[in-house]
Amino acid sequence: METEIILETLELVKRFGSFTANDRLSLAFRKGEIHALLGENGAGKSTLMNMLSGMLSPDEGQILFRGRPVAFASPREAAREGIGMVHQHFMLIPALTVAENVALGMKQGRSPFFGYKRACAAIRELSDRFGLDVDPEKRVSSLSVGQQQRVEIMKTLFRGADFIILDEPTAVLTPPEVKELFRVLRTLKENGKTIVFISHKLKEIREICDRVSVLRLGKLIGTTDQADTTSADLARMMIGRDIQAPIRRTRESGGRVRFEARGLHASENGVRLLKNISFGIREGEILGIAGVDGNGQRELSEALLGLLPMQAGSVLLDGEELGRRHPRRMTALGVAYIPEDRQKDGLVLQMSIEENLIAKEYRSAPFSRGGIVNKRKVKLNAEEQIRKFSVKAPGPGAPVGRLSGGNQQKVILARELMLNPGVMIAMQPTRGMDVGAAENVHRRMLEARDRGCSVLLISTELEEIMTLSDRIAVLYKGELLDTMDREEAELDRIGMLMAGALPNAAEAIIH
Amino acid sequence: MAQEMRATIHESLERKLNVLTDIVFYAGSVAIALLAGGLVMLVAGVSPIEAYKLIWDGAVGDANGFKETLVKATPLLFAGLCYTFAYRCGLFNIGAEGQLYVGALAGTVAALYVPGLPWYVHLPVCILAGCAGGAIWAGIAGFLKVGRGASEIINTIMLNYVAIYLVSYMVTGPMKEPGGTLPQTARLPDSALLGKLFDSRLHYGFLLAVAAAILLYFILHRTVWGYEIRAVGLNKQAAKVMGIPVNRNVLLVMMLSGAIAGIGGYAEIAGVQNRLFQNFSPGFGYDGIAVALVGGAHPLGNIGSAILFGGLRSGANAMQRMTGTSTSLVYVIQATIIILVVCNRYWFGGLKKRIIASLTARVVGRRSDARPEENVAVVLGIGEREGRS
Amino acid sequence: MNEEVVVSFLAAAIRLSVPLLLAGIGILFMSRSGILNIGMEGMVLMGALAGVVGAHYYGSMEAGLLASVLAGAFIGLVFAFLVVTTGADQVVIGTAINLLGLGLTTVFGRSLLGMGQEAVQAEGIPVIPIPILADIPYVGEALFHQNLLAYASFLLVPAAALLFYKTNWGLQVRAVGEHPLAADTLGIRVHKTRYACCVIGGMLAGIAGCSLSLGILNQFTENMAAGRGFIALSAVIFGKWTPGGTMAASLLFGGADALQLRFQSFGIQIPYQFMLMFPYLLTMIALAWFSGKGKQPAATAVPYKSLSNRSE
Repeated sequence: METEIILETLELVKRFGSFTANDRLSLAFRKGEIHALLGENGAGKSTLMNMLSGMLSPDEGQILFRGRPVAFASPREAAREGIGMVHQHFMLIPALTVAENVALGMKQGRSPFFGYKRACAAIRELSDRFGLDVDPEKRVSSLSVGQQQRVEIMKTLFRGADFIILDEPTAVLTPPEVKELFRVLRTLKENGKTIVFISHKLKEIREICDRVSVLRLGKLIGTTDQADTTSADLARMMIGRDIQAPIRRTRESGGRVRFEARGLHASENGVRLLKNISFGIREGEILGIAGVDGNGQRELSEALLGLLPMQAGSVLLDGEELGRRHPRRMTALGVAYIPEDRQKDGLVLQMSIEENLIAKEYRSAPFSRGGIVNKRKVKLNAEEQIRKFSVKAPGPGAPVGRLSGGNQQKVILARELMLNPGVMIAMQPTRGMDVGAAENVHRRMLEARDRGCSVLLISTELEEIMTLSDRIAVLYKGELLDTMDREEAELDRIGMLMAGALPNAAEAIIH
Repeated sequence: MAQEMRATIHESLERKLNVLTDIVFYAGSVAIALLAGGLVMLVAGVSPIEAYKLIWDGAVGDANGFKETLVKATPLLFAGLCYTFAYRCGLFNIGAEGQLYVGALAGTVAALYVPGLPWYVHLPVCILAGCAGGAIWAGIAGFLKVGRGASEIINTIMLNYVAIYLVSYMVTGPMKEPGGTLPQTARLPDSALLGKLFDSRLHYGFLLAVAAAILLYFILHRTVWGYEIRAVGLNKQAAKVMGIPVNRNVLLVMMLSGAIAGIGGYAEIAGVQNRLFQNFSPGFGYDGIAVALVGGAHPLGNIGSAILFGGLRSGANAMQRMTGTSTSLVYVIQATIIILVVCNRYWFGGLKKRIIASLTARVVGRRSDARPEENVAVVLGIGEREGRS
Repeated sequence: MNEEVVVSFLAAAIRLSVPLLLAGIGILFMSRSGILNIGMEGMVLMGALAGVVGAHYYGSMEAGLLASVLAGAFIGLVFAFLVVTTGADQVVIGTAINLLGLGLTTVFGRSLLGMGQEAVQAEGIPVIPIPILADIPYVGEALFHQNLLAYASFLLVPAAALLFYKTNWGLQVRAVGEHPLAADTLGIRVHKTRYACCVIGGMLAGIAGCSLSLGILNQFTENMAAGRGFIALSAVIFGKWTPGGTMAASLLFGGADALQLRFQSFGIQIPYQFMLMFPYLLTMIALAWFSGKGKQPAATAVPYKSLSNRSE
């Protein structure tokens, strides 16, 4: 009974263009287990789960469910077989009640009428059985995030799911809510449901899961019993043994602190986003902030720039406190910003390269005078930057949306470095780029540092942090843990911090 | 270096081809719409060939006809520019009609109640009053959008009717011609009227409209403010991150957009009608949407499309006189053009891309490295490929 | 002011609110599924013309009503194709539908029905006094001495409420209007639902037009909708996107219309134009008031691409 396989994938392959997101994955899930899927961002976890739940279809390979080969054309078909998925971003309709959300799209006999009372009764019954504590008559918009998640779980149970996938379920929860979720998951397990738990938080995995499969770069690294493996082993499997920081010229220590944050607090609708964040960056120094996606990276950069209101704290430049901040003022003060999502936040895709290049300086000479744009200067500048950064483009007038991702990033980088910035905030500067393009970006950032620029590098890619940073801090749940010098930083330790396994707790586990 | 030159040639060629195919597609849309109009006439029992001949003769048959076309094109151009300008900032100003009315009203107030000025002072004052009227009217919708997040689409529509009834009240009540019986104001003093061109009904308002088009083109494409407007219109989020004040631009653009319609309203009164009366606009404001769409939401493109629609209107007047078919036929043609132009991108976008690509390839030779990389992974944000730099 | 005036005012208020209510419920169907229809004005006009043409050429008001429904359904289908399948901008297409409606009805109205004094008079929709109830003093005369469409339109309100809030299909419609992606993951066909709503909305628009032409004037006049398509949109917004609210707003706006026609007999000094502005001003106030409170279906005017078409 213990080892009955409920779902198995055989050599599953999924490609997006020339990029292989899942490379011949063969995994087996046992009935009644909580199975963790561990891996860094982009390791292929979500792609795999989207195939199992009918959102995507595999290019090669096979899925066996209850021993039978299955192919789902839609999430509904997967649900009919008994596979349910709880997405990281909930698929709930806030304006409707819990019962309406749960029973939506279900046929109840032949009656055209929606059996609201019947649905409520069924939900209450399930709620009691699995300890979900969901009130079917409440409107979803009035529920907390944790309650909404339980409604999502209820949706899968209501459709008779035996195999439930949870995509990073704890990313949005507070610690008490996590505890509550784990209680529910244990109840589900006792009732014979199989649960796939996607996460990169080792501590949680150790707490709740029976077995762990680790993915890296689309490949399966291995599946182990959780009890037989140490956190350090898992961290190493996730990150890869072969990371070796390249030898790089170390910075001469000293120099004054240019950019400083003191006690930043930010929260939204009662949810704490940033908690007591303090750091200082010296001239010619790169401070790398490591951390798993969704731990407050975006909020931190937006708070520094003045896009996100803060409840407390101050930001200092050259020892002077900056009061009200907004992007235009920060630009004027020589703070460059490379946003995480270059297509949404960084560029106006339909505008030309030359126009995007002046986005920070269009108001001043030489690009404009008296409110009139000097087209000739704008074009000359674009030609110069295109050459300097070897942007591959048909010409300065081409819409930036037609460039490849790497070349778009070059345009942003060129634009920000044109400011000759004293401070640079860079978020995920090489996201989605290949090695060559990433190297190019890294070189530019190191050059900026050598000119004396203070760089705040926020990245979820540990390798990037290790390559570039002079000092490293880890962001976890909106809090900065432990700032250390690059020379003293150990990969294992950073990995553990990222996964929320606090130093002393981790010691206890490793012995 | 040679490669760079080739890239530049490639780019400019592609841009020219793009414009060319656009023109072909727009002309095609107009042609299909005229066919649809012909079909309607056929069903309604009128010979389309004869009717179109009458329209053609009426619109451009002789010098007078063409001048009449320009007379009709004037308010259309103002209305088209009004929609275009807001649209470029990502706003839907469906309220040109109401802004036209309030502009006319405000201008007329200045014309009638600020007497004793020489024309070179009085006329500009009246035009500015028209501007202010339109700006305030559109500004209400802009303010509600910025301040309360209320849809400018619905509010501008609502304001249209409020404006029409407001003018109706004014010309039947407080501003009614003393001693007159009709719901209209007294004749505007000569010092407030727009001069006539070529001894015809055509007035300086047309030149004003063309000047407005050129000015808007200049603002949008040559100034710092225009840069901000376009950035906000294309990507609000990025504009915000770049430090562009989004709300301020929304409000200002809405007001200037209304101001343009306001001048249009006053120009129609001071150039053609000579007095303000109820329902003086037969829906110029709504026609402006068609003008803007066919003009490619480009200020200069609007000039051409306004003349096209002005011609249809003045020609249709001639047709109505001769055949009795209603001028409303023009609405059918306009509606068809709107639908075709809007759906063009969805229905023929792919075809257009292929045509441009094959034409470019034929002239310059294939340059696969400069092509945009169509990659599903990019869309899904999972990963992407890139050539080595 | 005597009772007769009051009774005739109440009767007129109800009569004038019927087209608003029918068109409003039509807009409500589209709106609930996430479609913004500002083309109601044109749709109502087409329904109005179709009604008179049908009644005139086939000699019965039933034929006229059927013609209105069919014309409305057709234009609803066209609208759905343009905004749902094509994904074109709903505001622009709505404007085009208005122009199309005005143009087509004016051209064909003249050629088929003549104009001015010679315009065709058609058999109107009969007034049916409801036995017993119609004999109640004052109230009976005002409420139960109406035509068939008036009764039907008020019965439509509870029917629509039942459909939206008590049936599976109604739940689907609301889900599609709020969060089409979530609905799609549960296997609801978003496009199909929206098509159905557009066709129903179009049919109701047709009947609304018919209630104007055959229900009130017994003939077609150019641009006879006179802004009622937009007032109906106002009624939906002011009624917070519910059938009951739409009905209340329709009665309010219909009442305002009836009142302005009787200002002189009531001895009221307010210019009638301000009464005519009333629905529009109220809508603007309501819109500013509601904003951010999420009364409007969340996916309004946003085109949706089905999951099943995305991967290709």
